[in-house]
Amino acid sequence: MRMVTLGLKSLMLHKLRSSLTTAGILFGVASVIAMLAVGEGASQETLDQYRAMGVSNVLIRSTKPEETQQTSSTSSSWSILGYGMTYAEADRIQNLLPQATVVRVREFQRGLMHGENWASKMIVGTEVAFLDVANLRIKEGRWLTELDQQHQANVCVLGASIAKALFPLENPLGQTVLAGVEDRFEVVGVLDTQGRAASPNGFTLDECVYVPMSSSRRRFGDVVRNPSTNRWESVELHEVKVKLPSSDQVEDAAAVLRFMLQPAHATKGDFEITVPLELLRQEEKQRRMFNLVLAVIASISLLVGGIGIMNVMLATVTERTREIGIRRALGAKKKHIVQQFLVEAGVLSALGGVVGVGLGLIVPEAITYWFGQKTSVMATHVILAFGISAAVGVVFGLYPAWRAANMDPVEALRHE
Amino acid sequence: MAAMDDRPVIAEFADVHRHYVMGKNVVKALNGVSVQVRKGDYLAIMGRSGSGKSTMLNILGGLDRPTSGAYRVGGRDVSKLNDDDLSDVRGREIGFIFQSFNLIPQLTVLENLEVPLFYQGRVGAESRKKAEYLAGRVGLSGRLEHKPMELSGGQQQRVAIARALMNDPLFLLADEATGNLDSNTEKEILDLFDDLRPDGVTIVIVTHNPKVAERADHTLWLKDGQVEKLVDNRAAARDGDAP
Repeated sequence: MRMVTLGLKSLMLHKLRSSLTTAGILFGVASVIAMLAVGEGASQETLDQYRAMGVSNVLIRSTKPEETQQTSSTSSSWSILGYGMTYAEADRIQNLLPQATVVRVREFQRGLMHGENWASKMIVGTEVAFLDVANLRIKEGRWLTELDQQHQANVCVLGASIAKALFPLENPLGQTVLAGVEDRFEVVGVLDTQGRAASPNGFTLDECVYVPMSSSRRRFGDVVRNPSTNRWESVELHEVKVKLPSSDQVEDAAAVLRFMLQPAHATKGDFEITVPLELLRQEEKQRRMFNLVLAVIASISLLVGGIGIMNVMLATVTERTREIGIRRALGAKKKHIVQQFLVEAGVLSALGGVVGVGLGLIVPEAITYWFGQKTSVMATHVILAFGISAAVGVVFGLYPAWRAANMDPVEALRHE
Repeated sequence: MAAMDDRPVIAEFADVHRHYVMGKNVVKALNGVSVQVRKGDYLAIMGRSGSGKSTMLNILGGLDRPTSGAYRVGGRDVSKLNDDDLSDVRGREIGFIFQSFNLIPQLTVLENLEVPLFYQGRVGAESRKKAEYLAGRVGLSGRLEHKPMELSGGQQQRVAIARALMNDPLFLLADEATGNLDSNTEKEILDLFDDLRPDGVTIVIVTHNPKVAERADHTLWLKDGQVEKLVDNRAAARDGDAP
């Protein structure tokens, strides 16, 4: 303890010099923590996203085939472009994987209206199991039932944000939503906010209106006009979600599905299989890579800080040659001198480390506050950054301390 | 230093040589010096520059080792000790007083006084008490919290003397202790030395100033690395033949 106070005293002799050196470590530590926090936050967000998609799910989406030059020039806006998954294929999937839950999904972009409130969002025609497979929660009212399905009932469940947009002040339950120009649906339930990223159709789950599959077929048919290209498209199913009993089976199932679907879609290539578990693994792999890169950057910045410390300590040792001589004459052993200068270097870098940790905790908060970017400070990162800074002080203080200890006391005493 | 003296020998040079190799030349800074310092002695070492004074001081202080011959401190040959053990000898047996005071500027008087004990792990309430006592002894009570810069040269040297006494050394080793002081202050410091002698303090002072040397009991004259003569200042004064 006395060593530390002595070290502080000596450092106070050169306040500017000491604080500049400390700043080198400070910014190194702070930037390491902040960078890791931002990386961690972004990564966690993505991981959550994939987890929300369901780690035991396989998602098969119909994709629009690339239009060749020929087809686009010859086809009029009246020709119908057919592609994607079919009802029959969904049934085959269910037969092939009897233990899996297969959910069929149809999507139609429509203008939705209630009173004066209007929004162009997605109507999703789907089945009862969708709630479980997509991992959604009901906030008010109820979800779609088998009965709705059988009766082709004109009922709907609203996503959280579309509910707010159409019913800013009223309770939506029991109210009617007008889809397009003539289709009316009674609101029977509202979903919890999911806060996930948009699905490939361009809308988040919160922006969708969910109606029974049977009703959607009856109301909208299988041939729909694509509002963006203004062409008629025939798509039976936009997506088939397959939930397997456990995540272990996901990869095998995906391979089987690919094998099964490939022949029918070989020429068009109009489907796409997404396996959230694979994405999750990829993301985790990327995260490890990212962390490695960060570790390298961190080491470089702390190395620079360390060089600063060594520089200052060498200057200090030269300046205090006489003091070293005096201490040696008064009985200090070499190890005492090494200790003294190591402690000083350690105090310099530890100070930088402590303030750097403080700054490193504030910066991610600020980033979250100002830029809305999710950040996450991990205790291990803080410990790592602080530990490295302390180690840097010791490692880079070692040589100057060694030099101080090995001075000839007689020469040192003679030094002016 | 009479032959029948029965006071214990504190420090002893036995045929000490110290040779430096400078390129192809060998400089014989000390060339067979033998001398004994007994408890309670007050010895001055005189000589021109180049006579070997500084080398002798360094070896006496345990900062340097003889090339050959023995240097005994408290009866123990320290000429072959390793660095750590020699540091211990300096810290426990010798009280250094330097020409330029050599206090550590960033430390207070109290902290400066505690430095020798610090390296022996003896800093605490006891060392503080001792520092207070010794500060009073050299006439500096109440200045323990001052920094060296806030003191005059004479006061700084008093602190240095108190510091040299902190570890109860076998002898004080003063190197031109009054060289940086005016004549009044010089006298005060030398008076302080006289003052300390009844406590049984042994003093070796290296100087080129005859006025300083004549206050000692004996003066050892060095010339070309050898003892030229050992003068008994008391006897000389009695004979009315001051050096």
